[in-house]
Amino acid sequence: MADRNVRPPRVKLMIYFDNNDTTPLHPDVLEVMLPYFKDKFGNPSSLHNLGLEAESAIDDARQIIAGAIGAKPAELIFTAGATESNNLAVFGAARANPKRRHLIISAVEHASVLNVAKRLEGEGYRVTRLPVDGQGYVSPDSLREAIDDDTFLISVVHANHEIGVIQDIRTLAEIAHEKGAWFHTDVAQALGKIPFDVDVLGVDLVSFNGHKLHGPKGVGGLYAGRKTRPRRLMEGAPQEFDLRPGTENVPAIVGFGKAVEIAVRDREEITPGVRSLTERLAEGLSGIEHTLLNGPHPDERLPGNLNVTFLYIEGEAILMHLSNRGICVSSGSACSSKSLTPSTVLTAIGLIHEEAHGAIRYSLSRFNTAGEVDEVIKATCQVVELLRSMTAFVPELHSERMGGRSFYRKR
Amino acid sequence: MAIKYSQKVIKHFTDPQNVGEIAEADAIATQGSPACGDMITFTLKINPETRVIEDVKFRSFGCASNIATASMTTLLAKGKTIDEVNQLKHRDLTQALDGLPAVKMHCSVLAIDALKSAVHNWELEHGLVEEKPMTLDRESVEKVLTDCLNPRNGISLIEARLIKKIEVIPEDGRVFIEVILCELDELYAEAIEEEISEKIQTLPGVRNVLVQFVRCIHSVG
Repeated sequence: MADRNVRPPRVKLMIYFDNNDTTPLHPDVLEVMLPYFKDKFGNPSSLHNLGLEAESAIDDARQIIAGAIGAKPAELIFTAGATESNNLAVFGAARANPKRRHLIISAVEHASVLNVAKRLEGEGYRVTRLPVDGQGYVSPDSLREAIDDDTFLISVVHANHEIGVIQDIRTLAEIAHEKGAWFHTDVAQALGKIPFDVDVLGVDLVSFNGHKLHGPKGVGGLYAGRKTRPRRLMEGAPQEFDLRPGTENVPAIVGFGKAVEIAVRDREEITPGVRSLTERLAEGLSGIEHTLLNGPHPDERLPGNLNVTFLYIEGEAILMHLSNRGICVSSGSACSSKSLTPSTVLTAIGLIHEEAHGAIRYSLSRFNTAGEVDEVIKATCQVVELLRSMTAFVPELHSERMGGRSFYRKR
Repeated sequence: MAIKYSQKVIKHFTDPQNVGEIAEADAIATQGSPACGDMITFTLKINPETRVIEDVKFRSFGCASNIATASMTTLLAKGKTIDEVNQLKHRDLTQALDGLPAVKMHCSVLAIDALKSAVHNWELEHGLVEEKPMTLDRESVEKVLTDCLNPRNGISLIEARLIKKIEVIPEDGRVFIEVILCELDELYAEAIEEEISEKIQTLPGVRNVLVQFVRCIHSVG
C-alpha cells in the first residue's frame, strides 16, 4: 500500500481494529496542521495578512472537500463534527420548514439523529422510525408508506457505524423529493471509503467529519444545497455563510482537508486491500462455533467493518480480554454502553438481547496488516474459549430463541 | 465514556479465583438472566456440622465486573459460616474490590444475592428455615425494589425515595410502579424500566408490570 512507511507510530505497538470509532491521524495530516498552531495563528475574519492567510487555508480545504463530494464550496459548512452537523441538519431543516411537522428517520441512525428526533417529538412533531430488515436495510416501500405532504425531512444514515450496511440513498432521496421533503444522510463512516457524490445520490443535506478518515477530531462538515439551507442553531457573527457562527477551527479544518485529499487520492489503491483483510478476518472468525455475522455479507458492506456475535458470552468481557492482549475493538453489549441498554442497531436488525450482548465490532483501516488480522483471529479464539469455559449460560436452558443459523446469512 | 475499574477489579477479571463448579455440591443457585447479560451460578460445599462454607465455585455470563464480583464473592464466602454469609451486604463486596463504578454497582447486588440464595436453598433443604411462600403484595414488591439501583449513583431507588407509587392488584397479577426520573437519569430510563420489570416478574403470579416515569427537572436522590 502507498504509505506503509508513514504508518502512525502508535499503531505499530498495538493492533487497532476500532477505526469506525476513531482513526489514527495520518502523519501527513499532522504535518500540514502544525503551522496553524504556530506561526499561522490568524483569525480568518481579520482583514490583515495573517487573517487572509488563515482564510485562504480554510478556502483551500473547503475546495478539496466540496470537490470530493461533488459539491460547490459555497455548499459546505464547517462544524465541530458529525454530531453537530446532524443537529444542524435535522433541527435546522425543521426550523426552515415550519409548516411541515413530520420527520422520518431510520431505526439504525446514530444517536445524534435519534435523540434530535426525540427532542422534536417532545416539541409536538410527528416522528416515524423506519424499520430495517435482518441485515439493516431500509425498504423504499416503507418510506413510500410513511411519507406524506407534512414530511419536512427524511434522514437515513448512508453507511451504518455498527454493521456497515450501505443504504440505497438514491432511491430513498427520490421518494423524498416526490413529496417535496428534504433528504439528509450521515456519511461520516463512508466518506473517503466508497464513492459519494451529492448530485448522483440526489441528497440535500450531508453530514461528515474528520476523525473517521485519519483526520483530526473536533471538525466536521455539513453539505447543504443552495435551495435546502437549514436555519442556524446558534447566534453570533456571520461565519460559514451565516449558518454556523464562531471563529473557525483553522488547524483542524486544514487537517480535515488534507485527510479527505489523501483518502480520495488513495481510495482505489487502498480499498481492495482493506476489503480482503476484512474478508480474511470474517473467514477466520466464522471458524469459531456458535458465532454469527451481524449485518450484510462482507463484500456488500462498508470496507473494513465487521460485526460478530459470539453466543453464550458477553461483549465487554471479550473486549477487555482483547485489550489486555493489545487489541482494540468495540462492543454492542449493554454492559459496555453508557446507558446499560444493548445497541439499538443490533436490536433493530432483530437480535435478541442475549445475542446483542455478545457482539464485537472489528473495524479496519489502511494501516492494518494481514499479520494483524491473523493475530486478532488467534486472540479472539483464545478469549472466546476462555470465557465460554467459565460461562453460566446453559444453551439448553437459556437459548430457545437463539442460534440455528449459519455465520453468513443470505440476503 | 470509558468505564474505569479499580486495579482489584481488573485483577479479579483477568485472573478470576474459584472458577467452575463443584461436582457434588451441597448447594447451588443461579441469579440474573441472559437477557440482562448478567448471570452468576454458585456451587457450594457446606459442612453440615459447623455450617462453614468449605468450598465455593462460580460460573459467570457477564461483563468484567460481573466476573470480578463473582470471583471476590468466593473469597469472601470461603471459610465463613452461613450465618456470617447471611450478614454480607453488597457494599462489603464493593469495598473488598476497592469500589465499583456506579453503573456497575448492580453487579455486586447480583453476586451477593446469588450467594445468599444458594445458602438459603441449603437452609431449606436442611430444615433450618421454613419456606415462606412468596406472595404478590406491596411488601414483596417493595422488597424486590430495594435491589434496584439507580445506575447513575448506585443507590437503591427505594432508599433514594424515587419510587413514588406502588400499586399491586394480586387478583389480576398486575403491578404498577411510578418512578421519579430526574433529567440526569433520562439516559437510564430504559435500563431502569427493564430492571424493575425483570425483578418484579420473579414474584409469583405477576402477569403485567407497568413502569411509569414522572419526569422532573431537578436532581433527586
